[in-house]
Amino acid sequence: MTAPFLELLGVSKSYPGVVALDDVSLAVHPGEVIGLVGENGAGKSTLMKILGGVTGPSLGRIRVDGAERAAMTVADAIGAGIAFVHQELNLFDNLDAASNVFIGREPLKGGPLKLVDRARLRAAVRPLFARLGVDFSPDTPVAGLSLAQRQLVEIAKALSLDSRLVIMDEPTSSLTLTETERLLKVIADLKASGVSVIFISHRLDEVRACADRVVGLRDGRVAGHLAKAEITPPAMIRLMIGRDLKAIYRPPATEPGSAVLEARGVTTATYPTQTVDLAVHRGEILGLAGLIGAGRTELARALFGIDAMKAGEVRLDGHPVAISSPRDAIAAGLFLVPEDRKGAGVVLDLPIKDNVTLPQVGALARFGIIRRPAERAMADTERKRLGIRAPSIFTNVGTLSGGNQQKVVLAKWLAMKPRAIVFDEPTRGIDVGAKREIYDMMRGLADAGVAVLMISSDMEEVIGVSDRIAVMHEGAIAGVLERRDFSERKVLELAVGEE
Amino acid sequence: MQKKDIGLLVLILVVGAVVAFINPRFLSPINLANTANLIGLFGLFAIGQGFVIITGGIELSVGSVIALLGVLFVDLIATYGVPWPAALALMLVIGALIGLAHGLLITRLDMQPFIVTLCGLLIYRGIARWYTADGTVGFAFGQSFPTLDWLTIGRTGGVPHSLIAMLVIAAIMWVVLHRSVFGRYLFAVGKNEEAARYAGVPTGKVIVAAYVICAVLTAIAAIFFAMYTKSISPSSHGNFYELYAIAAAVLGGFSLRGGEGSIIGVVLGAVLLQMLQNLVNLLGIPSSLNFAVMGSVILIGVLADQQFDAYRRRRAAAQIPDHGETTRTGPAEAH
Repeated sequence: MTAPFLELLGVSKSYPGVVALDDVSLAVHPGEVIGLVGENGAGKSTLMKILGGVTGPSLGRIRVDGAERAAMTVADAIGAGIAFVHQELNLFDNLDAASNVFIGREPLKGGPLKLVDRARLRAAVRPLFARLGVDFSPDTPVAGLSLAQRQLVEIAKALSLDSRLVIMDEPTSSLTLTETERLLKVIADLKASGVSVIFISHRLDEVRACADRVVGLRDGRVAGHLAKAEITPPAMIRLMIGRDLKAIYRPPATEPGSAVLEARGVTTATYPTQTVDLAVHRGEILGLAGLIGAGRTELARALFGIDAMKAGEVRLDGHPVAISSPRDAIAAGLFLVPEDRKGAGVVLDLPIKDNVTLPQVGALARFGIIRRPAERAMADTERKRLGIRAPSIFTNVGTLSGGNQQKVVLAKWLAMKPRAIVFDEPTRGIDVGAKREIYDMMRGLADAGVAVLMISSDMEEVIGVSDRIAVMHEGAIAGVLERRDFSERKVLELAVGEE
Repeated sequence: MQKKDIGLLVLILVVGAVVAFINPRFLSPINLANTANLIGLFGLFAIGQGFVIITGGIELSVGSVIALLGVLFVDLIATYGVPWPAALALMLVIGALIGLAHGLLITRLDMQPFIVTLCGLLIYRGIARWYTADGTVGFAFGQSFPTLDWLTIGRTGGVPHSLIAMLVIAAIMWVVLHRSVFGRYLFAVGKNEEAARYAGVPTGKVIVAAYVICAVLTAIAAIFFAMYTKSISPSSHGNFYELYAIAAAVLGGFSLRGGEGSIIGVVLGAVLLQMLQNLVNLLGIPSSLNFAVMGSVILIGVLADQQFDAYRRRRAAAQIPDHGETTRTGPAEAH
């Protein structure tokens, strides 16, 4: 094999309190396809940030074409020929495909007028599109392209930069089967022309189809390598699992009782051909695991009345409830702690008091006028009960830490009479201490008879907190695990559709 | 009272003192009464505009609504002999319907407030001019409505009733905005509509209600203006009044992004605007410079306010480093 053009030598990256990468070495040779696998939180995105020059390593060296350095800038990374195709594509919807490929680098004419030279732009894009087998015109507006076509535009952009390494982050997560096949063919073509590819995916069959070798990351460390012949889904799962899961489980106070929250035959707009049946029993925490994009958040939004269900019904304590808006769900006692805390969970610019009482401020009013002493008393009670660390209830929520913001979201619901609460990624971006408190609160709620459904992509959390785990895969429940059957492998196998 | 309001009040007092010092006529009863009347008239619909601005919207048709309802009202009572209480009630209903239409177009059909109300501005002005065949509407010689006149242009103890009406409505609207459930919803929707929806706030209804309130207050102002001017030529009556309202709100500390503002602020904003107009007259500044003075004061005022805000935030940030949790915070944490 030829010499690697890019090498990471013992790279570590630590943030205050967290070691994201620990002594990772990786060599990229010209024309090879490296599959990178690992669970959420294994360190993949930190590795990508270092390769893209977005952040520098705390320890270790980077060697590009034999020249060693401590860190790269974004310009260094582009200069070295490293390009990204992100999961969330960074394209301008309002421009055509060709303009997107050469955005910021348009061929100009007209001297000082700096007009865009459309003819040269098209001429420059055409060979790139031909190389990728693109079947649409460079003049097509991006808004009119499918996801797969948009991805091709991104790849064309990467090629136009004379890239030697294209890093693809979950590129197939929203592609159809034929689109995926075409992408795999494009990867093979890139490889044939000497371009290297790092392919990050949870879709293990696709990794097997395209990778020359696989690198597994776990807890920020390289967990192992697989040579071409060894790449099988079970072998990759072995690399991903085996994390040091802390024992955080607290058993329920009582045996689980009857079903409190049930989803029956629920179909969401994202997966119109799938139905979901779920039941959360009295006294239990049901974990809902799955890959990002498996349809868990969509399910939560449908249950809470944010998006309309295409079919199905929600039952509380056996009785169907009609939910067509969050207002209906709240009236029925079904609450949601949303994934997007800052955007949907709290109003950042309002004080703790206003946030906590917002859903039931009507009940605190007489003739439409808020009874302020009652409101303050309620907000203060909840602040103390949840241990929200803030100078007072008049502190703006935007100035609080993530953990305290999440407690404000919880306080809002706990001040009412919850029958069921859906937690969507309840501890994302929250420090360890606050995590612990939120787990205790969930357990307390479950013990008090509230149905707790916890959506989480964090394996430690799913296994450590749930009494049962339902795993979603592409819009359907792939399986439900009892506590005695919990294992990282089982959850992962169901999540990636390997069972 | 918020800090911003106090700052504005101080500015008003300082400007007033300076003007009174240069030209003592500023404090003459006749000048004060005239200015107070105008403050009442402009304050009425500026308060309404404030409600819309808090939702993050804008209402551009205010001036046209004042013209349209003005000609309708005067024509109904002067030409058709409709009893004025009935005509007044009808104007309020039409106002409410206009607000309802704007609100529904914005919330149900997802149109932009600027576009909806800009079209309203053009449509109502056009209808007003067509209705009168571009002529002037007024009362016949000797025609009078003593009770209505007393209510709208009368004075009690030298205080114009328009000012009293504005202050009464301001007091009611202060309770609505700062003390009621609806007011709380308004601020939440203006700050973060998505989070408000997730908390069960009926966001659509709240926004529609803001436009209805704005249009009804504008209708009330339209009656006062009609009785004040007595004759209305629909091509110029109420021109640019929406901009006065927006200017008053902005001076009063409202953010056009929504979610910020107070009733005291917008009332003080209306006071300052009328004082500036008055100042141009009293200080012998060419009246053609009227708008230029207004524009400059607003520009400087908002700029100073922003600088002051930024300064306060920097100081606050320096004083309170954290709430005890930041040291243990992971990398994904953004403050």
